[in-house]
Amino acid sequence: MPRIGVFVCHCGENIARTVDVQRVAREAAEFRGVAHAVDYRYMCSDPGQRLIQEAIREKNLTAVVVAACSPHMHESTFRQAVAAAGLNPYRCEMANIREQCSWVHEDKEAATAKAIDLVRAVVERVRWNAPLEPIRVPVTKRALVIGGGIAGIQAALDIAAGGCEVILVERQPSIGGHMSQLSETFPTLDCSQCILTPKMVEVKKNPNIKLYTYSEVEKVEGYLGNFDVTIRKKARYVDEEKCTGCGLCQEKCASRNIPSEFERGLGTRRAIYIPFPQAVPNVPVIDTEHCFYFQRGRCGLCQKICAAKAIDYEQQDVLITERVGAIVVATGYETAPRSEYGEYGQGRYADVIDGLQFERLLSASGPTGGRILRPSDGKEAKSIVFISCVGSRDPAHGREYCSKICCMYAAKHAMLYRHKVHDGRAYVFYMDIRAGGKNYEEFVRRAIEEEGAVYLRGRVSRVYQDGDKLIVKGADTLSGTQVEIAADMVVLATAVVPQDDAPSMAQKLNISYDRYGFMSEAHPKLRPVETSRAGVFLAGACQAPKDIPETVAQASAAASKVLSMFSTTELEREPLVASVDERTCAGCFECKRVCPSGAIEEHILQVKGKPDRRVARVNPGVCTGCGTCVAACRSRSIELAGFTDNQIYAQIGALVGEDLAAVGSSVE
Amino acid sequence: MNAYQYFPGCSLYGTAREYDISVRAVFRALDIPLEELEGWICCGATPAHATSHLLATSLAAENLAKAARKSDRLITACAACYSRLLHAKHDLDSDPSLVEKVRRVGVDYRNGVEVLHIMDVLLDDFGVEALQSRTQERLKGLKVACYYGCLLSRPAKLIPREDSERPHRMDDVLRACGAETVEWPYAIECCGAGLAMAHPEIIAQLSHKILTSAKNAGADVIAVGCPLCQTNLEIRQPDIQKAFGVKHDMPVVYFTQLLGIALGLQPKELGIDRLILNPMPKLSAALARQAASVSG
Repeated sequence: MPRIGVFVCHCGENIARTVDVQRVAREAAEFRGVAHAVDYRYMCSDPGQRLIQEAIREKNLTAVVVAACSPHMHESTFRQAVAAAGLNPYRCEMANIREQCSWVHEDKEAATAKAIDLVRAVVERVRWNAPLEPIRVPVTKRALVIGGGIAGIQAALDIAAGGCEVILVERQPSIGGHMSQLSETFPTLDCSQCILTPKMVEVKKNPNIKLYTYSEVEKVEGYLGNFDVTIRKKARYVDEEKCTGCGLCQEKCASRNIPSEFERGLGTRRAIYIPFPQAVPNVPVIDTEHCFYFQRGRCGLCQKICAAKAIDYEQQDVLITERVGAIVVATGYETAPRSEYGEYGQGRYADVIDGLQFERLLSASGPTGGRILRPSDGKEAKSIVFISCVGSRDPAHGREYCSKICCMYAAKHAMLYRHKVHDGRAYVFYMDIRAGGKNYEEFVRRAIEEEGAVYLRGRVSRVYQDGDKLIVKGADTLSGTQVEIAADMVVLATAVVPQDDAPSMAQKLNISYDRYGFMSEAHPKLRPVETSRAGVFLAGACQAPKDIPETVAQASAAASKVLSMFSTTELEREPLVASVDERTCAGCFECKRVCPSGAIEEHILQVKGKPDRRVARVNPGVCTGCGTCVAACRSRSIELAGFTDNQIYAQIGALVGEDLAAVGSSVE
Repeated sequence: MNAYQYFPGCSLYGTAREYDISVRAVFRALDIPLEELEGWICCGATPAHATSHLLATSLAAENLAKAARKSDRLITACAACYSRLLHAKHDLDSDPSLVEKVRRVGVDYRNGVEVLHIMDVLLDDFGVEALQSRTQERLKGLKVACYYGCLLSRPAKLIPREDSERPHRMDDVLRACGAETVEWPYAIECCGAGLAMAHPEIIAQLSHKILTSAKNAGADVIAVGCPLCQTNLEIRQPDIQKAFGVKHDMPVVYFTQLLGIALGLQPKELGIDRLILNPMPKLSAALARQAASVSG
């Protein structure tokens, strides 16, 4: 016979106000299998836990039910307490009489009756609780970081500083991401390149970091502690080992005037190019679509003049596999294309540009050398209208969220523009000013009060070309008037959006993402860098729009999660996973189809050394214990430890007054 | 295929008679069967929907219910009727309790009829290529500013076939006839609409901007698909001349009238004689210019 102890918590007044806790304890003492029942003011407190531990020893208890708050709150507290007293922790269950009872009811009589029922149900359930042992998996102490923007760079440097190896994969020819395109950064106006470049160089030099640029993650297999990752290293047609980065090839390349991606179309590059002077690695790449050699089979000039003999037209993509223990996803963001906005010219007007393009105009190393010249005719812009919330906070464009960084960069743009063009007029149309960050509000006030930016609260309904001016029609909702501004240039703060292929990356990694394509964190408050998959972490704007300080903080957080995972040789996981009864498994693999974690493997049973039939097997390292396979299994061959059919049926049976647990005996 | 149920609406029986005449003439010429909805009543526009949502919805629902008994497609030409019918259908189909309220008023509404604008029929059912071959691009040389006003492209979620901020479907129809449609910024700006009676000075101001923009874009003529837009842009031109000292002399025609010309119909068959500003001199001049440039 089991000897179950029931411990009823008052939670101060939280439970005791609406539930007669003494009566619950008295009644529980009479339930079958219950050897001991008491109530106490704060069961989670130190004396409360001691009370449970002493009862386990003195009364020789075999299982424990704590009637208190939600298991989300304190299940681990009580399980640890029980384990310290020598009882298997999984023989401890909680009955939630706070969130699901006292907090939601007023009638004390009825609430007490309900609490008694809830406790009875859990007492019945705990009779079927098997003792479980944690799952231990070995861990490979190397991490993969996907994306070489500031998020990926920071995460890689921090993990490397912790003494672990990092593989950093970046799909562009250089690391640096969007931050390398920025001119100056708010709210301090320090030069973006100046603070970023040293970190990029550090990545290259750090012996713990293996850098793959112009490479993409193709496949991710395995599980927490042991992921097998396939990386496609795209052919750049330049040998990274031999190249000295002299730049002669791009200087001489005959295929010119190709819109530069780095300059966001405002500058040009050659067919063989280093995207920007501070690129890491400082090695060019050949754009075969524009290269005369690849397109017409003639030229070959770069190969002829390269003193280091680094040009290799025969280079092929290479697939590399790496084993890692953890993954940090730092794939970043893009901005919504201007073509989405018919009201602002749909990308047809040369002088209507987006915020990142304006960054390039501001940049001293940009296409205009930092002068604010109009893309259409190269004349200096004497008036600029900055429009916030273009596509953000806008259900009509399918994006209801705030892009978060635009208020700040619009203020920065207006300010920097006024620094460069003293007689220029800067107008900013805004909906609200969102400047919640350290020194952010002060920065915006400075733009308005000291730097002469004209802020207009309202939306712009239309921008159109009229001669060499852009007519901006909008509303000033503070004065209640319509506004029409003839501007030289318009800068759209287009919405921050996930990378186009973010959903397919998330699917490769088997992590969830939201309806916009941003990767989902495990808990919006308490687990902001973890994902739904153990061992995969998030950093930066791939999770939601973020500015640089926040991105860096999250990247360091992700790195510390990785390092704490790597601080042991074996990882311990909760044993609440599914297992298949191979005797009855029919091998239909419906479970494999529905499993969201890819935890089900096909296994061939051997009979007398010969393959007999295929059955499903659960990889306990990958299983998250969601129970979907249990519901899907047609032959009821799958059980979820900690949530077995018998446990659930016994619990329901106690509530409806019937013995529903299957034939057979309880654990004790 | 059952005939389209055609909802003319009150304007097309009154001030915009020529719109109705040209719609029927064009459909006849293209052999698209059209059947006027028997017993149609007010669509629920301005006076009704400014007073009561239920009244406006019930009026439209009555028309939708009548049409559904005959066909699965109800078509209109008037922008306001189109908008009201679309809105009512959307509201009814997304709120069962509204259907019940309308039932209490005495309308037995059932979801079952699609609301289309005649442009939808011309472009998607009849087809651009067929239009091209039937019109022989007879409008070549004519520069048209297509004016959509507020209701032909909005709200975006109710008119998924159109780009709400940069509509193009009227342009598509007239380009298929060979016309050159100009790029101009005022295609969906407000004409002042129902302020025609209360604040004519606002109409004059807004229409002045629209007419100026069309002229600057090089248009010979403005094409419209809404009776109110037509009125505001056309009959206010003398007022504009008084207020701003500018004589626009810009013909404002229904796009179906231009389509009719392209199909070889006579101006009178299209109600062009009912317009206040006769577009024929400009039209003929533009088409002659083209003919001369081709033969010359």
